[in-house]
Amino acid sequence: MDVQTWTYLIVGLTFALYIGIAIWSRAGSTGEFYVAGGGVPALANGMATAADWMSAASFISMAGLISFMGYDGSVYLMGWTGGYVLLALLLAPYLRKFGKFTVPDFVGDRYYSKTARLVALICAIFISFTYVCGQMRGVGVVFSRFLSVEIELGVIIGMTIVFFYAVLGGMKGITYTQVAQYCVLIFAFMVPAIFISLMMTGNPIPQLGFGGEVTGEGVYLLDKLDGLSKELGFNTYTDGSKPMIDIFFITMALMVGTAGLPHVIIRFYTVKKMSAARTSAFWALLFIAILYTTAPAVAVFARTNLLTSIPGKSYAEAPDWIKSWEKAGLIAWVDKNKDGKIQYEAGTAFAGKPAYDGEKRGENGERLLTNAPAEGANELYVDRDIIVLANPEIAKLPNWVVALVAAGGLAAALSTAAGLLLVISTSVAHDLVKKTFAPSISDKKELLIARCAAAAAVIVAGYFGIHPPGFVAQVVAFAFGLAASSFFPVIIMGIFSKRMNLYGAISGMVVGIVFTASYIIYFKFINPDANTAENWWFGISPEGIGTLGMILNFAFAFIISAFTPKPPQDVVEMVERIRLPEAEGEELAVSDH
Amino acid sequence: MSEENHSSNTDYWRANLKWVGILLTIWFIVSYGCGILFVEELNKIRIGGFKLGFWFAQQGSIYVFVVLIAVYVRIMNGLDKKYGAKKED
Repeated sequence: MDVQTWTYLIVGLTFALYIGIAIWSRAGSTGEFYVAGGGVPALANGMATAADWMSAASFISMAGLISFMGYDGSVYLMGWTGGYVLLALLLAPYLRKFGKFTVPDFVGDRYYSKTARLVALICAIFISFTYVCGQMRGVGVVFSRFLSVEIELGVIIGMTIVFFYAVLGGMKGITYTQVAQYCVLIFAFMVPAIFISLMMTGNPIPQLGFGGEVTGEGVYLLDKLDGLSKELGFNTYTDGSKPMIDIFFITMALMVGTAGLPHVIIRFYTVKKMSAARTSAFWALLFIAILYTTAPAVAVFARTNLLTSIPGKSYAEAPDWIKSWEKAGLIAWVDKNKDGKIQYEAGTAFAGKPAYDGEKRGENGERLLTNAPAEGANELYVDRDIIVLANPEIAKLPNWVVALVAAGGLAAALSTAAGLLLVISTSVAHDLVKKTFAPSISDKKELLIARCAAAAAVIVAGYFGIHPPGFVAQVVAFAFGLAASSFFPVIIMGIFSKRMNLYGAISGMVVGIVFTASYIIYFKFINPDANTAENWWFGISPEGIGTLGMILNFAFAFIISAFTPKPPQDVVEMVERIRLPEAEGEELAVSDH
Repeated sequence: MSEENHSSNTDYWRANLKWVGILLTIWFIVSYGCGILFVEELNKIRIGGFKLGFWFAQQGSIYVFVVLIAVYVRIMNGLDKKYGAKKED
């Protein structure tokens, strides 16, 4: 069977599974819709959290990014998993004990203010939307490459599936589908990694394999890759090229940014006890770590394969995957020196993304571009997103493995998209409508509003998936910076400082957000030409500036709160309550009162 | 809430803070210390094909993170048992 038939078969089977689970576990009340009634076992919740957490970016893009960045790519590995430790130790158990549905709920109650709730609400919706658009693009890429449908149709199919189980099943449906999606995505990620590790190093464990020797050559794989990179003018793979301070700040911004992601925090409301929240945090990180420790190995395998199989080959004898990804618009080649061979080395082939000249083909059969070729000898453009998806083809693995990876990418994108849509619908129905405008509406009406909000969010996200705004990458930097400089400090201070009051929290948030946002907007939108290390403050890039925003937030909050009145007694008691030990057999309610 | 309960709850919170502090110190050392600040010094040491600093940044820190949460879960369950039972009356 060919790749396409396999893909239809495997993707079809997994989609049928997700829909089946959604029908079996549909939600009947707002409690079930928002937090699955608070009764999901810790192990299952851990798996669901892992699937929720690992987005299309983790599955599809991360190994590719590391593959091109080498050591510098460690910021994502440490940043995203280290943020999880902060979440598990500093936030999750207390928010669970607090027992409300959402982060804006906590912020609103802890700082006794509707304004604070509204600010948190806007941040939550903004962050979630940014993320959903990225997931939808991931779905589109997989569909267009593997099922040869147009990206538009691909996104619509993906939307329909998510719509079906998110709107129908709410958190309960999403949780159990995510468990299935975790199994699909981890299997899909590990199978090719194990195959390739065996082929290249003779070791079936990729985590060990990439530190081993290349089969039959007697050199360490990493040394070989360092050598190849140097030969072609790239940075040495295992050394960094970014300044240390920037690596430090980006890692920190990613850590505190991820710890504040609302769609992951909400997952801890779905277990019955505080101890279960902690246990499920452990399971989740264990499940996440399986993928995150394999990704850097995949990055090394793919990079080595790429550097040994492409440079110097003529277009005619180049492997098939080059041509199929060129067709999908993610690889491009300009024959600068007219020798018919692909020169691949450091430097850009042309500025920006490839702009193809319709379906016109050059004399070697390559797609022609309208981009002006850049200076330098490099002729090849490779989109980083294709590394994981193309890896099985690059390593010539059987067709079913290629199809499996497509299904895994879809599982990762859909599970995260569903979690995010739930945050958006909960925020609208619960925080905005019920808590702000119409406190007297019935449970049934609120559930209806939540479903409508989820439906509307699916449609908007789908639109952005089909017509991705050109600034997606910039907006993502924005989302992390914003979460780092606003959410994280406010929640931390709310739990660990009884003295922190409304004025401190609000002024801290405002200073953090305004500072971070202006820095990012200046370098990414107003004056992108100045976005170089010489112009950055202390050498910190816009990606890492959220860390400084967070520090400012903390500083302002403590200074302002010291000069303003103490928070009211009932708020102090509330903070004391969430710090209490858990009594034996105590079960926490999920209440709205 | 009686006085005795109150002081036991304060002890619980103190013990909690102490452990979180210890665990986060390790968290900082393996990621920011071994993986970033001292990466070049550690890279001089090699284990198989790995330079040690590179290994910490891309593998070691993540393993330690998992262990940290496992330890945290055990300790907190113990603390809950020790202090939580007294609350029932």
